[in-house]
Amino acid sequence: MTGIMTGRSPILQLRNLTKTFGSFAAVNSIDLDIAEGEFFTIVGPSGSGKTTLLRMLTGMEFASSGDILLRGERINDLPANKRPTCMVFQSLALFPHRTVGQNIEFSMKIKGIDPARRKARALELMAQLRLPENYYAKNVTKCSGGERQRVALARALAYEPDILFFDEPLSAIDYKLRKTLEKELKDIHRETGKTFIYITHSLEEAMVMSDRIGVMRAGRLVQVGTPQEIYTAPKTKFVSEFIGDVNIIAVSVNGSGVTAPTLGVGLKSPPAPAGFAAGHLVVRPESLRFLEHAGEADNALSGRVYNEYVLGSRIQYQVRVGEQVFIVEKLRQQAFAGKLDDNVLIGWDAKDSILVTD
Amino acid sequence: MSILSRLLPPGRRHALPLILFMAVGFAAPLFAVIAYSFVPARTFDLWADWSFDNYLEVFNSTSYIAFGWSLGLAAATVLILALVCYPVAFGLARVFGKWATLITLLFTLPLFVSENVRLYGWIMVFIKNGVLLGTLKSLFGWEPDSIVFTPELTLLGMVYVYLPFMLFPMTLGVSMVPQQTRDAAYDLGASRWQVFREVDLPLSMPGIVIGFLLTFVLAVGAIAEAKVLGGQRIIPIANDIEVAFTYAQNWPLGSALAVLLMLLVGFLVLIVLRRFDLDTILGRR
Repeated sequence: MTGIMTGRSPILQLRNLTKTFGSFAAVNSIDLDIAEGEFFTIVGPSGSGKTTLLRMLTGMEFASSGDILLRGERINDLPANKRPTCMVFQSLALFPHRTVGQNIEFSMKIKGIDPARRKARALELMAQLRLPENYYAKNVTKCSGGERQRVALARALAYEPDILFFDEPLSAIDYKLRKTLEKELKDIHRETGKTFIYITHSLEEAMVMSDRIGVMRAGRLVQVGTPQEIYTAPKTKFVSEFIGDVNIIAVSVNGSGVTAPTLGVGLKSPPAPAGFAAGHLVVRPESLRFLEHAGEADNALSGRVYNEYVLGSRIQYQVRVGEQVFIVEKLRQQAFAGKLDDNVLIGWDAKDSILVTD
Repeated sequence: MSILSRLLPPGRRHALPLILFMAVGFAAPLFAVIAYSFVPARTFDLWADWSFDNYLEVFNSTSYIAFGWSLGLAAATVLILALVCYPVAFGLARVFGKWATLITLLFTLPLFVSENVRLYGWIMVFIKNGVLLGTLKSLFGWEPDSIVFTPELTLLGMVYVYLPFMLFPMTLGVSMVPQQTRDAAYDLGASRWQVFREVDLPLSMPGIVIGFLLTFVLAVGAIAEAKVLGGQRIIPIANDIEVAFTYAQNWPLGSALAVLLMLLVGFLVLIVLRRFDLDTILGRR
C-alpha cells in the first residue's frame, strides 16, 4: 500500500482507480490512501492525468474501473452534487452576477438554511479569511485577484465539505501574491483541520504547502512521499528533474561503484539496490563543492567555469566537464573566488547523490 | 487650423460624417413622420396648422383592435419562440459539437428566400388538398378542416419567420456561461434544475433579452404573415398604417398611427431594459 500516514485513519482511499477514454488510460490503476486532515498535493506535468483524477474524486467524471472510498464507503457513482466534498476551481468559477455574500451563501441557500443563519456564517468565514465585512454586499467582479481567491475558498468552506479539492487555483496569479496565498492556504488548513487535496504542475508550490506529495506521470502515480522524501530521495529521473535544477549523470553499475560512460570515469555512489543495472546518478546543485584537491570529496571532476547566475541569497555556477554541464550552487557568503573560464575541480560525496531509474 | 478643428475635439470631429449620415438617413424621416402626424388629415403641407386631430381620430376609431392584434401576436410569438429556441440554443452551444455549424446553416438557409415566397409555401402545405391535407386524404381518407386564413396559422408563420432572430442571440447568451461556473454550482450541491435557475438562466439573460426585444419589435411590425397566411381575417396595425399611406393617401393619419406604435413599443422596451439591465447582468457595473 502506498504510504498511509501513521496514526491517522484514512479519509479517502483509491483502489486501482482507472479512467479510460477509448483505448487511452488518462488515469491508470491508482492506489492511494489519504489521511484525515492531511494536505495532499498531486503534482504532474500537463497531460499527466491529474485533472482527470481530480474530476473523478469530485464526482464530475466517473471511474472506468476501481474504487473511490470515502471513510470506507464506496462513492464511485455518487454525482458531484451529492458528495460531501467541494472544489476550488482553476478559474475560481465565482458567480459573476452575485455579491460576495451571495457567492459564499450559495450552498447554504441550496440546503435551505434560513437567511439570518446564512449571513452569520458567511460573515464568520469572511472574518476568518480576512475579507472586510463591508465586502458582503460587494459584487465579486469588483474584488481583486487575491480577494476573489478568498471568496472562492470561503464559498467552498461554507459547504462544510469533508474534503476540499483545489485545481491549480493559484496558477494564474503573479509570483509575489502567489507566495503569500500559498502560505495563507497552509494557515487555513491548520485552522480548519480539514483534508485538502491540491493539484498543481509546480512541485515548488507543492513543497511549500503539502504534508505529502504524489507525483503523477502518464496516468500513473510514480512516487508518493513527504516533500523531504520527494526532494532528497526521488526514485526516478522524472521525479528528480521535477523540482528545480539538478545534475544528472547516466551511469551503469560496476562492482561496488558505478561508471559514467559520458564522462569516462568511475564514480562512488550509494549502494545500488538489488537488480539495479543502469540508471542515473542525481546530484543536487547545492551538494556540489569547489575543491582544492581531488581527495577532498568522494568524487571529483575537473572542468571550466562557464557562467554564473546570481539568484539573490544564492549563486549558481555553470561548470562544463567535457560535454556535460554541471550546476553548482553556493550561498552568497561562500561565493566562488575565481573568475569565468577558470579551470576548477568540483566534487561531491557519495552520500549526497541518489541513484534513480529512468 | 480650420474652424472645424478648433471648434470640435478630435473624437466628435471624426464622428461628424456618421452623425450627418444618421441625421439625414435616420433621424430626418423619423422627424418627418412625427411632424406629419400633427398636420390636418389628407394634406401634404408640413407647415399647415398643427393639431392633435389625427390622434383624436385614432382614439375615436377602432384602431385599438389592430393594435391589440399586433401586440398580442407579437407577445405570443416571443413566448413561443422562447420555449422553442432555448433548448435548440442550448444544444447549439453545448451538445451538438461539430454539428452545430451545419445546424446553424440549416436555420439560416430560409433567410435567403424571400419571406413572401416562404409564406406562400406554408399555404401550399396547409391549403385544402395541399401537401399536408392532400396526403392525409389520399393515404387515410381523412379530411380535417384547413387552418389556412386563421390567426393560428398567422402566429405559426410569425414564429417561423422570426425564429433565427431569437435563436442566434440566445445561442450566444447560452454559450457565454462558463462550464466551470456551472460545475461549481453543481459541486456546491445544486441539482441540475437549480444550476439552470441559478447560473444558466441569469448568465445567459443578456442573449435572451436581446432575442426577446429583437423578435418583439420585428413581430409588432409584421404585416405579410397576416396578409398571406391570415387571409386578411385579422388586420395588424402595420396594415392600417400601410393603407393610410397608400390607398387612403392620408399620410397624417398613418403618421399618427406610426408614432403611437413607436411610443408603445419604445415604452415596453424601456420597461424590459429597466428590469434587465444588460450591464448589471454581465457584471460590468
